[in-house]
Amino acid sequence: MARNPVTWLGSPTFPKAAREALQDTQLRQNLRRATGTIRGRREAAVAEMTDWEMLRVAGEQIKDDVLARLDTLLVQLEESVTARGGVVHWARDAEEANRIVLGLCRDEGADEVVKVKSMATAEIGLNEALEAGGVHAVETDLAELIVQLGDDRPSHILVPAIHRNRSEIREIFQRRMGIEVSDEPADLAEAARVYLREKFLTTKVAISGANFAVADTGSIVVLESEGNGRMCLTLPDTLITVMGIEKLVPSWQDLEVFLQLLPRSSTAERMNPYTSVWTGVTPGDGPQRFHLVLIDNGRTSTLEDSVGRQALRCIRCSACLNVCPVYERTGGKSYGSVYPGPIGAILTPQLVGDMRDPQAASLPYASSLCGACFEVCPVRIDIPSVLTHLRAEAVEAKGRTAESIAMAAAAWMFREASRYEKAQKAGSLARFLARDGKITSLPWPGSKWTSSRDVPAPPAESFRTWWRKNRG
Amino acid sequence: MASAREEILQRIRNARVPAAAPVVRGYLQEGPGGIDLFAERVADYRAIVHVVTDVPQALERLRGKRIVAPQDVPAEWLIDGVTWLHEPLTIAELDQADGVLTGCAVAIADTGTIVLDGGEAQGRRALTLLPDYHLCVVRADQIAGSVPEALGRLEPTRPLTFISGPSATSDIELDRVEGVHGPRTLEVLIVT
Repeated sequence: MARNPVTWLGSPTFPKAAREALQDTQLRQNLRRATGTIRGRREAAVAEMTDWEMLRVAGEQIKDDVLARLDTLLVQLEESVTARGGVVHWARDAEEANRIVLGLCRDEGADEVVKVKSMATAEIGLNEALEAGGVHAVETDLAELIVQLGDDRPSHILVPAIHRNRSEIREIFQRRMGIEVSDEPADLAEAARVYLREKFLTTKVAISGANFAVADTGSIVVLESEGNGRMCLTLPDTLITVMGIEKLVPSWQDLEVFLQLLPRSSTAERMNPYTSVWTGVTPGDGPQRFHLVLIDNGRTSTLEDSVGRQALRCIRCSACLNVCPVYERTGGKSYGSVYPGPIGAILTPQLVGDMRDPQAASLPYASSLCGACFEVCPVRIDIPSVLTHLRAEAVEAKGRTAESIAMAAAAWMFREASRYEKAQKAGSLARFLARDGKITSLPWPGSKWTSSRDVPAPPAESFRTWWRKNRG
Repeated sequence: MASAREEILQRIRNARVPAAAPVVRGYLQEGPGGIDLFAERVADYRAIVHVVTDVPQALERLRGKRIVAPQDVPAEWLIDGVTWLHEPLTIAELDQADGVLTGCAVAIADTGTIVLDGGEAQGRRALTLLPDYHLCVVRADQIAGSVPEALGRLEPTRPLTFISGPSATSDIELDRVEGVHGPRTLEVLIVT
């Protein structure tokens, strides 16, 4: 089976990538500023809602219901979309999805398509696959455009260019658009407007993702801010929407919950500027050919895990990234995946579906388990519990390792008080390895521990020894 | 070999996800609503808001401009002194217009949102997208208090556009800037 492009080929494990990212002071400064701003705003937007907790509970329950009835609801969605003139395609993995979309572009004779920001298409590496097939995909979301023009990788679910500040963006625009522009956000937005206008008005095929799909009506929902989404969803002749199979809600009424949860959680607004809803094809209004590509790409195997499947409730708001102390310091690229941050740490390894993959297996450790992510999650995904559950899986997948042997030895040592005391005495000798009260590299087998963390230097004598001497 | 569809559906069934608890809709169904709240929330997005009683008089602001209007706007809205552009219009014609005048289907006081559904006085979606200025007339009785109330009044299979302020982006340092691809100016007339 082909490797899942949800992780980037050749990415180092998280501790290694994080160590490098931490050296980048510009990155840390940009992230601290951006996440600090959005954290404060989200809090205010949520505090305004007296029924926020009830909305979260309803959001969790609706999504759990979707996962319990996913087969029935998908078939229902397919029927409703087909009845309204759409065509539904199914793809087991990224490769199959990319092949379908490329085929549809070729059927339309398109060598260029416009795209609305979509996590699903980023996950399957669609742009690269289209490019290889001779179709150029133009990203139209401002942050995606910054990433694309900068030959860069995304580092945030909502704002893929969050790691760039205004002067870096100015530099990219000047270099790639061949223009003079200031570093004022309004001027940069204007530059993007001018750059993309012609593309919107002339391109015949658009590709989008979906925030939600309503099973009983076949309606697809996209939330956005800039109007680039409306351009892509309205002006071209053909629209291709790529969507993960878990993006469903059973009925139209269920949207009343998510249209309140999502904007406040993601951009901290009462409502995002534009939300588009369309159902199949509407004669005389918008694209007259509509294709919906449903992708699995690791979701059904995630569904099998009774603890891990709650990650499929995710509505991609990115609130968990913005509150995560680890994400704020390491940035999104350290996670080696389009899904960074706390949700990425539980979703990515499950979509990869192979804990023998050292990079994927390192992601559940990208957390201090502080729990801030769970508190802000609008669909109440208990991320810390899934992290510890996946850590156990990662350990199991490794089999008998130096660490597991050391743990077994530790268990033997802890069982007898006398053994424990002897070990403590031996351990206190390790303080000679410390500098500034910290040990950063222990000899083997301790090196297995210190390769990813520091250990405080042990005291000269244990509490037990001190007690015996002074109080005993 | 099974089709992708059959294989995916079978894998879902094999996962044997237990039935979920019934959904408890304990959240608020209604909001306080009202013209004042709606006006305040629309203005928060840096849209321009007026509460008016006489629409034709309020439309004087369009004098001298080339304005797109759906064929079925009330006749009294089509005041003299404005170059009215009606369908059929090409993309280029829409792009070159000074603005567009429409009604709406529903509005939401809680969130300061206007919803268009392609129905009376609204036209197809491109009309309110390409011109750089959108003037939207909202009748007081079209304002729903809350998101749940508004969704209840809408027909989901129509092409819907929810509009909350002018186009904007938070993509540069997560700071909101108004005016990207959609209309950069949104003006709302609330008619009492």
